[in-house]
Amino acid sequence: MNLTLRIWRQTGPEDKGRMVTYQVDDVSPDMSFLEMLDVLNERLILAGEDPVAFDHDCREGICGMCGMMINGMAHGPQRGTTACQLHMRQFKDGDTIDIEPWRAQAFPVVKDLVVNRSAFDKIIAAGGYITAPTGSAPEAHSMPVPKSDADAAFEAAACIGCGACVAACPNGSGMLFTAAKITQLSLMPQGQPERYTRVIGMVDAHDEAGFGGCTNTGECTVACPKGIPLNTIGRLNRDFLMATKKAAGKPGS
Amino acid sequence: MAVSGIFFVLYLVAHMIGNLKAFAGQPAFDHYAHWLRDIGKPLLPGVWFLWILRGALTVSVVAHIWSASVLALRARAARPVRYAHRPKVQGSYAARTMRWGGVIILLFVIYHLLDLSAGTLNPVGSSSKPYSNVVADFAPERWYVTLFYTLAIVTLGFHLRHGVFSALRSLGQQTPKGERWARLSALAVAVVICGGFLVIPFAVLTGLVS
Amino acid sequence: MDLFTEGDPIADTKAPDGPIETRWERHRFESKLVNPANRRKMTVIVVGTGLAGGSAAATLAEQGYRVKSYCYQDSPRRAHSIAAQGGINAAKNYRNDGDSVYRLFYDTVKGGDFRSRESNVHRLAEVSVNIIDQCVAQGVPFAREYGGLLDTRSFGGAQVQRTFYARGQTGQQLLLGAYQALERQIGLGNVEMNARHEMLELIVVDGKARGIVVRDLVTGEITTEFADAVVLASGGYGNVFYLSTNAKGCNVTATWRAHRKGAYFANPCYTQIHPTCIPVSGDHQSKLTLMSESLRNDGRVWVPKAKGDDRNPKDIPEDERDYYLERIYPSFGNLVPRDIASRAAKAVCDQGRGVGPGGLGVYLDFADAIGRLGRKAVEAKYGNLFEMYERITGEDPYEVPMRIYPAVHYTMGGLWVDYDLQSTIPGLFVIGEANFSDHGANRLGASALMQGLADGYFVLPNTIANYLAAGPFEKVDESHPAAAEARRDVEDRLQRLLAVNGDRTVDSFHRELGQIMWDHCGMERTEAGLRKAIDEIRALRDQFWQRVRVLGDGEGLNQSLEKAGRVADFFELAELMCIDALHREESCGGHFRAEHQTEDGEAQRDDEHFSYVAAWEFTATGQPSVLHKEDLQFEYVHPTQRSYK
Repeated sequence: MNLTLRIWRQTGPEDKGRMVTYQVDDVSPDMSFLEMLDVLNERLILAGEDPVAFDHDCREGICGMCGMMINGMAHGPQRGTTACQLHMRQFKDGDTIDIEPWRAQAFPVVKDLVVNRSAFDKIIAAGGYITAPTGSAPEAHSMPVPKSDADAAFEAAACIGCGACVAACPNGSGMLFTAAKITQLSLMPQGQPERYTRVIGMVDAHDEAGFGGCTNTGECTVACPKGIPLNTIGRLNRDFLMATKKAAGKPGS
Repeated sequence: MAVSGIFFVLYLVAHMIGNLKAFAGQPAFDHYAHWLRDIGKPLLPGVWFLWILRGALTVSVVAHIWSASVLALRARAARPVRYAHRPKVQGSYAARTMRWGGVIILLFVIYHLLDLSAGTLNPVGSSSKPYSNVVADFAPERWYVTLFYTLAIVTLGFHLRHGVFSALRSLGQQTPKGERWARLSALAVAVVICGGFLVIPFAVLTGLVS
Repeated sequence: MDLFTEGDPIADTKAPDGPIETRWERHRFESKLVNPANRRKMTVIVVGTGLAGGSAAATLAEQGYRVKSYCYQDSPRRAHSIAAQGGINAAKNYRNDGDSVYRLFYDTVKGGDFRSRESNVHRLAEVSVNIIDQCVAQGVPFAREYGGLLDTRSFGGAQVQRTFYARGQTGQQLLLGAYQALERQIGLGNVEMNARHEMLELIVVDGKARGIVVRDLVTGEITTEFADAVVLASGGYGNVFYLSTNAKGCNVTATWRAHRKGAYFANPCYTQIHPTCIPVSGDHQSKLTLMSESLRNDGRVWVPKAKGDDRNPKDIPEDERDYYLERIYPSFGNLVPRDIASRAAKAVCDQGRGVGPGGLGVYLDFADAIGRLGRKAVEAKYGNLFEMYERITGEDPYEVPMRIYPAVHYTMGGLWVDYDLQSTIPGLFVIGEANFSDHGANRLGASALMQGLADGYFVLPNTIANYLAAGPFEKVDESHPAAAEARRDVEDRLQRLLAVNGDRTVDSFHRELGQIMWDHCGMERTEAGLRKAIDEIRALRDQFWQRVRVLGDGEGLNQSLEKAGRVADFFELAELMCIDALHREESCGGHFRAEHQTEDGEAQRDDEHFSYVAAWEFTATGQPSVLHKEDLQFEYVHPTQRSYK
């Protein structure tokens, strides 16, 4: 099939950037979306043009490195699928496809489709962990976890940190990412001691990074390639309300 | 946002129940309207309850708009460069129209106050005859008023549908079962309030209340 | 010219003796310690943030060292450990099914086809139990039973259920646990994290590893970084085959640069080829996707009996199908180990009986399982895998049998290390897949995660102290001649790559190199093929340096330049892999030499001549490497022929 691509090109953070049109012919429906971009890049290099920079690594939908707006949809039109797992059979011969980077203040563009998502790391560093220095752990079976809690924690823990939630959110909010980690850890008995300091730390880091506020529009969960449920945000809110109560964290509370 | 919103919902429910008194006939409706002014007597001077309520509503309106503006400004700041291609809504329509819906509702409330509270825009405009005000308002020849009311109330319905759900979420609703319940109750609140408010103008329009 | 020369034998001088179950404990007691106040004065560089690197950096920082961590991805959370699906082994014996540290040790040595060190493997089995405790404490959401206790499942090569898992995303969950511990240390200011940085050279001062040269992939800036010790946790080199289950960015550069600076490279030819991957669909293919091995529990593998039979699989009657694994290996059937299943698939495809595009695929058929268990049950067990398969191929495996083909998955070889995980360069430690030590010639399923975390959480943080006890070492900075030279080398190399401005892309060279390696140094190797491959690799390498085209400059993000540097190193490694494969005149584990097989086509080990680790010393580009042999002693697990008939 033959496609017209309109791709965001931006040489660096200082550049204003623009959409540039490319023609890609002989695309096989069995190609992944990124392989189609590989083909374009090979041709650009041979033609002496700068290839399109885009992030990618595992190409099996788990590392969270790839991510781009494809026709205005984070990771493209197929639900529950990262850009690397999206295949060209989802498109038709003659289609025009718009490709843009994630757009968020907290995710500045590095080049073309590559953005800097280190704000996510900062959110984790602000509390997205359980303090358990190596060697200090008790025997694993000393802490049973109800299966339903473990399953729900896993569901939230499946987040790959790709940033699609932020990209899709009309508010540019990173709340689904933040809530996924809070939900995972606050569902486990191991996570209880730091439950309230964690939520305050992470939400503060989230706001400081320049993400927008959450208005529960639900666009994030639709765009999320791992289907992180929206109710994780409710859990974050609940923990946050508890944490802001005076009693939280005080002895005996 | 959630707290002021929930206060509005409670107010709307009370307001709607009061409105439905119209079906009980003019004396009942007028009596209800006057009673509102007398609540708290003799402990409080006349109309004081109403002023307290109005004060609380004003505070809520300010808080609601202020929070909404903060969120909207943050959203703008969080995405300084817009998408060139951004298609239709993926999540829910109601959620996507909160901000413009809110503005429409605000304009409507201003009109509504001028119409039926202050009476300046009402053909009868007498504060002692609320029933007549209402009947005159939705007379068939003033179909555009009914239309505007209808549009505004439907907008309000959408606003409530997402607003109630979102408020519950903000206050910590978190389980999948709870989510279904929250969505359902948001829808129920939206439909009931929408319906409750709309029956009056349509009853007047069709002559059921006259 | 000879392909290599033989040097003095090498020995692991740190290896403890005595009863195997006391060795690790005694070794730790005998090792020197660093007191907490001195730890703050010492810096350790850790390259890579996968299970090994992430856990090591976090643990060293917890202990009080100052840590500088580097990864090429945009976040330490993305290292390719994240893609591991199956699980992690641990000798917890929660099932009461006869498991023990000793049995895990035994299974791993046997599974490695008797080419690993007993002491190392026993230590691995010992600390496996601590890993589970550690990860649970971090909040890793392992699968659980209804009683709230941990669930386990069985995996290839073992008769006990010792594999802990988190659905099909065990690697992800374990990595995120390590990543979160690392982020905590970053937040506390104990770790300086440098994402999107690539190590391009090792700095050796007075015979000790003292730093690295890194390139900031965003700005292109090249800097020299110094420390008292350097830890490489940069993963395996399966991408030398171009198509593999590795991530696109996985590369050998960090370890290869260290090898060129004096670290021996051990057993480079040991490559694990995984039997159940989605076949190549065309020339555009950029990577291969693994389908969990667990599918072989219920799927039946077959090809048509007749050559070139391209009928729809549903139209091929039962008696015209060859369920070759069940036919050749009646007792293990579809569940034979990875290396055997892979080779059998290759054999039937070589006979012209393969299916799908290019005839490179075999069917993995679930029709029987669906008939027996019902579609619902199959869906519950494998639903997510079936979905993934359908997403990639566009075929519905409930209706049409899956097509699978083997793909390169893991490399058992790596930099040679002693019992302390220290390479032949003092102060250079190598952990995880980047080293060679624990898996011998073949790795068992669910053992990679175990080894990465064992090295990072429990082994290295203990053994590195024995080295650092002599520190802090004399301060070095960028003005030191060794540092300046290393930096200049990096800059020259990048300039050379940019200056060629030829007519072929980096990827086209990489694909061609991969094809040579797959054809001649893949599942089955022959002397003639390997010799041919060595010639072809050398010729292609020359072409590469004359014809590669890398646009742009070194200032700023230039993904072609990154790739070019990695491919250049793959060329050198590829040659060494072929030489290693050529010199090892036996078949063992992931290394199958067609000349060395039993009458019925099974791998034939030669313990008399090849029971050693081949550690290669670099001399100069284009000059023969020197082979150093480390003799392997088996005091506890006595080598036997593996049989799965």
